[in-house]
Amino acid sequence: MPEARHEQDFRAAILDPQKPTPAGLASAFGGVPKKRFDVYRNNVTMSLVSALAEIFPAVSRIVGEERFTDLARLFVREHPPKSPLLFRYGEHFPAFIDGFAPAASMPYLADVARIEHAWLSAYHAADDASLSPEALSAIAPERLPQARFTRHPAAALVRSQYAAVTIFNANRGEQERQRINAGVPENGLVTRPEIEVQLVAIAAADAAFLHELMAGKTLAEAAGIAASADAAFDLSAAIGLVLTSGAFVAVEA
Amino acid sequence: MSTKTIVSAAYVAGAVAAALSTATLATTTGAVAAEKEKCYGVSMAGKNDCAAGPGTTCAGTSKVDYQGNAWTFVDAGTCADIDLPDGRMGSLEPLERDLPA
Amino acid sequence: MNSHVSVVEDAGTRFPDYAIRGLSGASFKPEHFAAISADDAYDGFLEIHAENYMGDGGAPHRNLSAIRERFPVSLHGVCMSIGGQGALDAEHLARFAALVRRYEPALVSEHLAWSTHDDAFLNDLLPLPYTAETLAHVCAHIDQVQEAIGRPLLLENPSTYLLFEESTYSETDFLEEVTERTGCGLLLDVNNVFVSATNHGTSALDYLAQFPLEKIGEIHLAGHAEQDDGEGHVLLIDSHDGPVADPVWKLYEIVIGQCGPIPTLVEWDNDIPDWPVLKSEAAAARAILDRHAETYMLGRRHA
Repeated sequence: MPEARHEQDFRAAILDPQKPTPAGLASAFGGVPKKRFDVYRNNVTMSLVSALAEIFPAVSRIVGEERFTDLARLFVREHPPKSPLLFRYGEHFPAFIDGFAPAASMPYLADVARIEHAWLSAYHAADDASLSPEALSAIAPERLPQARFTRHPAAALVRSQYAAVTIFNANRGEQERQRINAGVPENGLVTRPEIEVQLVAIAAADAAFLHELMAGKTLAEAAGIAASADAAFDLSAAIGLVLTSGAFVAVEA
Repeated sequence: MSTKTIVSAAYVAGAVAAALSTATLATTTGAVAAEKEKCYGVSMAGKNDCAAGPGTTCAGTSKVDYQGNAWTFVDAGTCADIDLPDGRMGSLEPLERDLPA
Repeated sequence: MNSHVSVVEDAGTRFPDYAIRGLSGASFKPEHFAAISADDAYDGFLEIHAENYMGDGGAPHRNLSAIRERFPVSLHGVCMSIGGQGALDAEHLARFAALVRRYEPALVSEHLAWSTHDDAFLNDLLPLPYTAETLAHVCAHIDQVQEAIGRPLLLENPSTYLLFEESTYSETDFLEEVTERTGCGLLLDVNNVFVSATNHGTSALDYLAQFPLEKIGEIHLAGHAEQDDGEGHVLLIDSHDGPVADPVWKLYEIVIGQCGPIPTLVEWDNDIPDWPVLKSEAAAARAILDRHAETYMLGRRHA
């Protein structure tokens, strides 16, 4: 028995308003139920656009609601979600913004979107206790260079050539508008040590250090890479950040 | 990494000791807390609902028009407040052509 | 006897074993958490959309645990794609079953609809043709869900905006057949009955007359919006963005008069008002439940 075609037909037409209404659909009142099918088109498209607007409120505020709807609608049509969990949607939205020519004059926008996505991932991430100073002090001094840290499930870094953290903060909520110099590189560290998601801007060398630790490098390896990136790198202060930021849960050597 | 500074075990141990001596203070007095920008409450984004999507059917079927200056700056977003290093204002640029969808 | 789904759980449950029979409830919205926490007078239940609690941790689970501690909770899945032609998403089903185990909900429900095709999730409750072929898919999927959660599922009738030429069953016959083959119960959404009947020029009362009322384990009420279909006919949209409409209240009262005090939820998902507004909608449903609980008991005693 041939399989019914309604799913393929809906899938093909629902995100493409250029396509005709699928065959085999009817209105009880006769005629082609174009506007009736368009209800489903609208439900699918605009509910996903709304989801993106909720997930990326700073991006929406920066470009304006109308422009955001256009941008999000394009994204939705090209990249419908693969997971039914909408809070996971938009993982590829920052890359889409990067490739979107009309937004080329806003080169910071994709990094702001990356922070927003990391923020929501942190919001839903597993609960875990932050690394305790005791765990680090329990390691014998001679073994410390080999120490490896386990990242907290909520922790994420967004290293930007632009003032992405400042722009993010100025555009979440109803803050007064302010002039921002986007040309200052910033590195955002997203954590959720308890229940509230936190975002801090950290120095580039500290970001390099945390990035290497999160990737599973040893303390000595990460310190070496960070020191190479910036001669003024302060290892003691950076370890302080490891201990206080909530970005890690465990250490082993 | 091609270039890498070699750090000695003594240096690492010293840095950890220094960090530990201040870390217990820092967690309570908040050296990092002072840098923390904002907490954003517990509102949920990207919710799954079983209601019909918002708006009228036109919103879901309208085609995005990139033509001409459809994307030129209008005073709707905060992008007008964001300056770029080369002095450009961060508005969306007008386009002279259609973009591939 | 109505087959109200009662709270039957394994021993050693983590949460209080609240009864839900005769109660009304409201959608639980995270923005109402503080107001509900401070509300000592609310005596209804709360319903959550399962998918919003499928993250690993954080505020959603912390808040839901606090809610579940104080109230009966019903778990309403919105994207299992039970009506889909493809296999159920095993990962999604496992997450759903884990939530049932973790929160011990009084009621568990899903929709007669599909939303996933291949790997694209089309975030809507899409319609399906009522044929022998789709009936087989739906029943196989419900068997699979009930197997995973270890209890009966309630299946909700959809709001629809169009019809399929190939349909060979009426929606009520289709639902009845599903309940008989799978042993599942039904979630009667009275607003959906009204919306679909209006959209297809049929009678909501006729629909209810053909609906297997004895299988109902939960009722949904919600607001709808009005458009037109471009051909001069009213088209109602299941928008959940306002109060329950008067004709829906009237239909609801008829159903309760016939079936007794079935747990009833007022849904509100868009343009969400402050908690007291939702609470008063739930109270309006409760007043109807209470009124008919008395006459229903009386009627049964005399029967």
